[in-house]
Amino acid sequence: MSNGINFAFLDEYAKREIRRSVIKAICIPGYQVPYSSREMPMGRGFGTGGLQLTLALIGADDTLKVIDQGSDDSVNAVNLRKFIEMTCPGIDTTTHLQEATLIQSRHRIPEQALRADQILVLQVPYPDALVIVEPSEDKRKIMHGEADYSRLLVKLYEDIVKFDEITISHRYPTRINGHYIIDPSPIPRYDVPKLHNSEALILFGAGREKKIYAVPPHCLAEPLAFDDVPFRIEDFTDSHGERRACKLCASQTSFLDEFIDQQGERVYQCSDSDFCEQQQELAHG
Amino acid sequence: MDKILEVKGLSQVYGKGCDLCFASTGPEFETNICPHCGSIVALHDLSFDLYKGEILGIMGESGSGKSTAVKCLYFDQMPVSGSALFFDDSGQKPLFKLNPAQRRSLRNHRFGMVYQNPNLGLNFDISAGGNIAERLLMSQVMNYSEIRERARELLARTEVLTERMDELPKNFSGGMQQRVQIAKALATRPPLLLLDEVTTGLDLSVQAKILDLILEIQSELNTAMIVVTHDLGVIRLLAGRTLVMKYGRVIERGLTDQILEDPQHAYTQQLVASAL
Ligand SMILES: Nc1ncnc2c1ncn2[C@@H]1O[C@H](COP(=O)(O)OP(=O)(O)OP(=O)(O)O)[C@@H](O)[C@H]1O
Ligand SMILES: [Mg+2]
Ligand SMILES: [Zn+2]
Repeated sequence: MSNGINFAFLDEYAKREIRRSVIKAICIPGYQVPYSSREMPMGRGFGTGGLQLTLALIGADDTLKVIDQGSDDSVNAVNLRKFIEMTCPGIDTTTHLQEATLIQSRHRIPEQALRADQILVLQVPYPDALVIVEPSEDKRKIMHGEADYSRLLVKLYEDIVKFDEITISHRYPTRINGHYIIDPSPIPRYDVPKLHNSEALILFGAGREKKIYAVPPHCLAEPLAFDDVPFRIEDFTDSHGERRACKLCASQTSFLDEFIDQQGERVYQCSDSDFCEQQQELAHG
Repeated sequence: MDKILEVKGLSQVYGKGCDLCFASTGPEFETNICPHCGSIVALHDLSFDLYKGEILGIMGESGSGKSTAVKCLYFDQMPVSGSALFFDDSGQKPLFKLNPAQRRSLRNHRFGMVYQNPNLGLNFDISAGGNIAERLLMSQVMNYSEIRERARELLARTEVLTERMDELPKNFSGGMQQRVQIAKALATRPPLLLLDEVTTGLDLSVQAKILDLILEIQSELNTAMIVVTHDLGVIRLLAGRTLVMKYGRVIERGLTDQILEDPQHAYTQQLVASAL
């Protein structure tokens, strides 16, 4: 390239290394593949793991969507999108899920179903679900290898003893393909079932912790639970037993963000702004 | 009688070891430290058979290698040499030739261990019930109510107040902690139980109750046990057969009654005499 920066910022060697890790991650669903995370021109913890995956995978004919907590317009999403546009001449960007071929996201899986020709890249702060029960990474590796997850399950047991329910709200430990348990990144419980039997490839990148893992298409993804205390998603029913609706698009199925409006009223709104806008357009014809 | 365990030539050396380690340590040298390389020969050439439902005592002074022996059998560490064959319902298992997953499976499902230090056997960050739940969860029991029920039964059986099952064991007395360890060890009804100084450091009255409990378990579940102790009283009460160890070697073995009545080795004679 004329300005001396390679297409997609990373050098070709780095891209190849990341792609090799991606292939390994797909072959061993849920296994955390180590890779040599590169320094990026932004702080680790700002999605550099996801960004490196995106940069290693993107081509000039791709259409990119970047979301942060469901929104295309948040500062983080805008910054990441600008950086990728700047370093990847020729690519298209979009906010419309249906137009995107590559989606980088933080904290949400899009509301609408992904397609087989799309790839979702999730940014991951803490890749290892076992970190809450075992501080040593060497020991965690052995535990993963042997699918030795009883200590994690005991955490769920203790949760039910103390609170009568499983209180994990984000980063819900999920067993992939019947073996490895992953931290699915801080998505809400509502999004966890979307990992299961997904049409699209879902990739996870942790920049600081230097790990890549994958939930390939049509793969088993089972949130941990007990036979008699099943996994539940967030409950959006109001005191009258009715499903709350988005105040903008009136959807009664979407994941809702709660906030207090100027009148001090509690209001609910779709967390996925693209979905919400599409619903509003549909309603107004 | 059915054999459950056959141990042959078990040895353990801490340190880099040398060719002269075994020939220059043991009771006749009155040391377990190799003078040539400084390694500790914690255990050498331990062999014994254990039968279903039998309690075997391992007795000896501090440092004689008792804990090392049971830790090897429980896979806490790998011995430098020797073999052990476990006769499971599903066939014979050569303990030190198994892969890590097979070892873990035996440890979780077929063996139970009670450590002298409850710290090693219990997770102090989770409740007493949670400690038992962990072992059940290892055995793929995935029903919460069933886990609660079984934990409650086990704690009741080992005489821990079931109202306290959701408390952290670090708030329990030493005797209670040992009971929780025993309950945990029994959770999968293992045919083999390893007990390392279960009663050491407890009040005499508490000791007596725990020893009773062990005998009851033996008769109820026909569990084979290896009881490690330096207390002659424990051996006398529990063990049908006994090994006496010194500097990592067995110096005397036989029926407990015989050893107590007519000890052959000078060291055992001394032990028995001083306990009378
Ligand atoms: N991890 C270790 N590293 C080095 N030496 C060890 C280790 N564990 C034990 N030893 C040594 O090995 C010898 C046997 O120890 P072991 O703990 O088996 O004795 P024991 O018979 O159980 O003693 P006690 O009655 O004090 O519990 C001792 O000399 C001990 O100091
Ligand atoms: Mg000991
Ligand atoms: Zn030596």
